[in-house]
Amino acid sequence: MSGLDDPDAVFAALVAAHADLDDASSRRLDAMLVLLLAHEVGDTARVMAAIAEARRLN
Amino acid sequence: MGYVPPRFAVRPSLDDGARHRVIVVGGGLVGLTVALDLAQRGIGVVVLDEDDTVSDGSRAICFAKRTLEIFDRLGLGQRMLEKGVQWNTGRVFNGSREVWHFDLLPEPGHAFPAFVNLQQYYAEQWLAEACAASGLVDLRWKHKVVAVEHSDAGVALRVATPFGEIGLTADWLLACDGARSFIRESLGLPFIGQVFRDRFLIADVVMQAAFPPERWFWFDPPFHPGQSVLLHRQPDDVWRIDFQLGWDADPELEKQPDRVRARVRAMLDAMVGPDTAFALEWVSVYTFRCRRLARFRHGRILFLGDAAHQVSPFGARGGNGGVQDADNLAWKLAAHLHGTAPEALLDSYDAERIPAADENILHSTRATDFITPKSPAARAYRDAALRLAAAHEFARGFVNSGRLSRPCVLAGSKLSTPQGGHVLPPGAPMPGAPVPDAPVLRDGVPTWLLSCLGTGFTVLYFGPPEAAPAGALVVSPIAAPGVLWDRDGLAASRCGAESGHVVLIRPDQHVAAHFPAHDPHALESARRRALAS
Repeated sequence: MSGLDDPDAVFAALVAAHADLDDASSRRLDAMLVLLLAHEVGDTARVMAAIAEARRLN
Repeated sequence: MGYVPPRFAVRPSLDDGARHRVIVVGGGLVGLTVALDLAQRGIGVVVLDEDDTVSDGSRAICFAKRTLEIFDRLGLGQRMLEKGVQWNTGRVFNGSREVWHFDLLPEPGHAFPAFVNLQQYYAEQWLAEACAASGLVDLRWKHKVVAVEHSDAGVALRVATPFGEIGLTADWLLACDGARSFIRESLGLPFIGQVFRDRFLIADVVMQAAFPPERWFWFDPPFHPGQSVLLHRQPDDVWRIDFQLGWDADPELEKQPDRVRARVRAMLDAMVGPDTAFALEWVSVYTFRCRRLARFRHGRILFLGDAAHQVSPFGARGGNGGVQDADNLAWKLAAHLHGTAPEALLDSYDAERIPAADENILHSTRATDFITPKSPAARAYRDAALRLAAAHEFARGFVNSGRLSRPCVLAGSKLSTPQGGHVLPPGAPMPGAPVPDAPVLRDGVPTWLLSCLGTGFTVLYFGPPEAAPAGALVVSPIAAPGVLWDRDGLAASRCGAESGHVVLIRPDQHVAAHFPAHDPHALESARRRALAS
């Protein structure tokens, strides 16, 4: 269950952050987000599990 | 004054058909190191090398702290320290901005810095001189192995010499003949791994420039856009510059002096201005690989250095890894030849150095993947890490311009006595790890812990001398005759030792066992274990 109280706003902000970016910039922005959030999670096992889960569903 | 390479004397050939206990093939950095180490342990060695001089160019260049400690044990440490450029700091740039810098040895109280930069030819020349002076190394230059035949009884070689072809037999053959090892290829042994689709230009440039003695690494600098550049300072006003060129570069074209000069000129104009003159000393274009043999011991043939494993240059793990191979093997082979250890001890060379090679290959592969991203996603992550690192300390951990060589801790080696219930403090060397150095005083004279260790096994006792077991080297908190006075407490704290602790140290200065108290039976059993007996 998500601990985010306004998932719609988070989703919209993620999409909006990519406005006007070309593919490479968009990709880099996502990569920065992933690294920042991985740092926020601060737990190698949880980050690895998230990578595996994303890969499984992709 | 530039370096003038020596021409080693080519002496009339060895007796045709002669048998020798140890033959080293390849008189380069690793071959000469293992020959010297064996000689210092009383073992006569024949070294065969197809050339009669040292290697050209800076090549291995960065000698790590542990390697310097090994060379110090062999008597060359001070010379390397005096001639070499000592450095501890690395800087990483993205574009023209410094992203961060790191200090690889942030504490005082060490005999050697994190690294010394020195052209490989100096190290080879000094090793060759020391080998010759030992009286136990028979250096045979212009002796090229042209055939090898291996059996349980020995290794038969055909050797082309200026005086005709001869046959030699070795009880033990040490293959130190480099990445293109003739011995390895003759035996048809697979050398498996990865080739990186990238090309690098290395230039040794002679100039007087005011860069500090640091490792500087640029991602995408304005003077070489879209690629990386690495700069190292060496002795004799020689600078080593590695330019990433990309896979599509034409190696022959890129080696042309005018083209290299233009690249160096662009860099100097950007960094120090147009007035700095320079000359090219050595230029090479290479593609690198990370690969190794499945096993390093094949019966009576042992492979060392690049003949056994190859890494990319980022991390300085090639030459340093090879010297550590020599350090690991020499005492084992000497112990076996002296009759104090069974042949099984030689299998531990495989068991200890293969994980070490894998660690070097892993770090070197990751660094290479970071420097040369293989996909748009890899590229995005790399650029993201670089941008974040300039603003956030946490992200610096992601930036990989080469994880620089660290001594291998030989975790899980069967030669080590398991620590059991006695827990060592964090950072202390577990059995298998090399003993950390520390300043001590012996009879009032400042010296270093590692300098006081014997060439054989050493029993180190921590505590006041009156309680020390006979035959132990005493690291004492108080001054007393003959002891190592640990005035600053650094020897004990770095070894994780309290009063009464006993540490058994192998001839290669790695910890074999660490006991919380003296127990003669446990100590003897640890010594036997370390000799695979």
